[in-house]
Amino acid sequence: MLLIHCPWCGPRAEIEFSYAGPAQLRRDGALEDLLYLRDNPKGRHEERWRHAHGCGQFFATARDTVSDFFLPPPVAKP
Amino acid sequence: MQRFSAWTLLREAFGGHRGWRPQWRAPEPKPAYDAVIIGGGGHGLATAYYLASEHGLRNIAVLERGWLGGGNTGRNTTIIRSNYLFDESAALYDHSVKLWEGLSQALNYNVMFSQRGVMLLAHTLHDVHSAKRHIHANRLNGVDNEWLTPAQAKAFCPPLNIAANMRYPVLGAALQRRGGVARHDAVAWGFARAADALGVDIIQNCAVTAIRRDASGAVSAVETTRGDIRTRKIGVAAAGHTSLVMAMAGVRMPLESYPLQALVSEPVKPVFPCVVMSNTVHAYISQSDKGELVIGAGTDAYPSYSQRGGLQVNMHTLDAICELFPAFRRLRMLRNWGGIVDVTPDRSPIIARTAVPGLYVNCGWGTGGFKATPGAAHLFAWTMAQDAPHPINAPFTIERFRDGRLIDENAAAAVVH
Ligand SMILES: Cc1cc2nc3c(=O)[nH]c(=O)nc-3n(C[C@H](O)[C@H](O)[C@H](O)COP(=O)(O)OP(=O)(O)OC[C@H]3O[C@@H](n4cnc5c(N)ncnc54)[C@H](O)[C@@H]3O)c2cc1C
Ligand SMILES: [Zn+2]
Repeated sequence: MLLIHCPWCGPRAEIEFSYAGPAQLRRDGALEDLLYLRDNPKGRHEERWRHAHGCGQFFATARDTVSDFFLPPPVAKP
Repeated sequence: MQRFSAWTLLREAFGGHRGWRPQWRAPEPKPAYDAVIIGGGGHGLATAYYLASEHGLRNIAVLERGWLGGGNTGRNTTIIRSNYLFDESAALYDHSVKLWEGLSQALNYNVMFSQRGVMLLAHTLHDVHSAKRHIHANRLNGVDNEWLTPAQAKAFCPPLNIAANMRYPVLGAALQRRGGVARHDAVAWGFARAADALGVDIIQNCAVTAIRRDASGAVSAVETTRGDIRTRKIGVAAAGHTSLVMAMAGVRMPLESYPLQALVSEPVKPVFPCVVMSNTVHAYISQSDKGELVIGAGTDAYPSYSQRGGLQVNMHTLDAICELFPAFRRLRMLRNWGGIVDVTPDRSPIIARTAVPGLYVNCGWGTGGFKATPGAAHLFAWTMAQDAPHPINAPFTIERFRDGRLIDENAAAAVVH
């Protein structure tokens, strides 16, 4: 289980969170890009989480998709 | 190819089993091939076999980064069924079940296909309606599926708990008798051996690192860890790594890769005669011929390439298993593992040509593509050889996401195995 750092509540267990998709979606191209096409990187992935069973806030963070370790900021705002 | 039969087994038994030969060669890559398959899982190997056996393409190679079947083919819970809701899916998966039925004979390799029946449990009124809708839709498509009452379900699978006081009581079940399981490794090895006998070069420890394209945009070569290989046709069957391979040719895919886990118990005597699945409480279980109970868990919530998942995902499934089969509560689990599955937004696969001339892709099988191994590969080989889709895989394009013609088995089933 991941240990996720909520910017408001601190480190909490993954089961308190829901994954909310990539942090950056291409909004300039075709609708298909926004809705369906994904970079699906092996390595650094900027993503959003929601502290669903906590403060309820969304936040952006970065994770290495090979080790699953969260990476240090900065991450662009969602 | 050294043919297998009761006679060869007997002869080898008397010869101290010293006459068995390797089942396929270990060739050095040639500088060029008529076609190259990327990924030596069941899908890639079977594609090569059908290209060679049905389309006469024999100067071809399968390139595998690791070892044969070391991806999801060797990690899955081997459930085979074809009772999918939509016409397109039913046609695709039933095509595969029909090929499974003759596969051991065709390959001269025992893939241990066992049609012991796959039973999908219904726990809520919504489940009952949905299961019955599936049954009717399947029957219209010529796919067997029948409704069982809780008592009939228990008669079919004696360890099943049908007590009314369960948190999610069993209200009935949909049973596909033609469904079942097969031996995953044997599927990879059987296709590898048969393809090799037809002249296909199977090259392991050979990762593709780049795809080259010529001035017209068509593919012209692959770069690998064992040198460059020229080719005008590339078939990608790389499961969880498809996005990365396709990116080498500049194609962005509607895929996300997730860890999916499974686990097995200590081996016990035969206690479990069929396959049982439940989407609502998320559990699926069968017993291998070695005696281990084979249990499938869910995917993690986030995309990852880590080939392992969270323990809470397994716990969730084991809670459901213990409730459904109280007799298994004291069994010890022996091993658990994860595979990386490539999931499309509508949970249906892609078997298609791409916008890049000479580049073809078979992916998006997510959590349920083992059952499709012979069928999908058969259609993929057709698509690669004819440069046009077979009517059965024609709907399974990449463009369906642009055009909105989704085949939404995700909405239809929530989990698919
Ligand atoms: C735990 C689990 C349970 C499952 N249960 C079921 C089930 O009950 N029923 C069912 O039908 N399906 C199930 N599945 C899904 C099923 O396993 C897959 O859909 C199917 O096996 C995919 O086969 P494949 O040949 O496409 O992929 P794989 O067997 O994963 O083969 C892809 C290969 O491509 C190789 N590769 C990747 N990148 C490169 C590269 N750059 N160069 C060279 N080679 C490369 C990989 O090493 C790999 O060997 C399950 C999956 C998992 C993980
Ligand atoms: Zn919080």
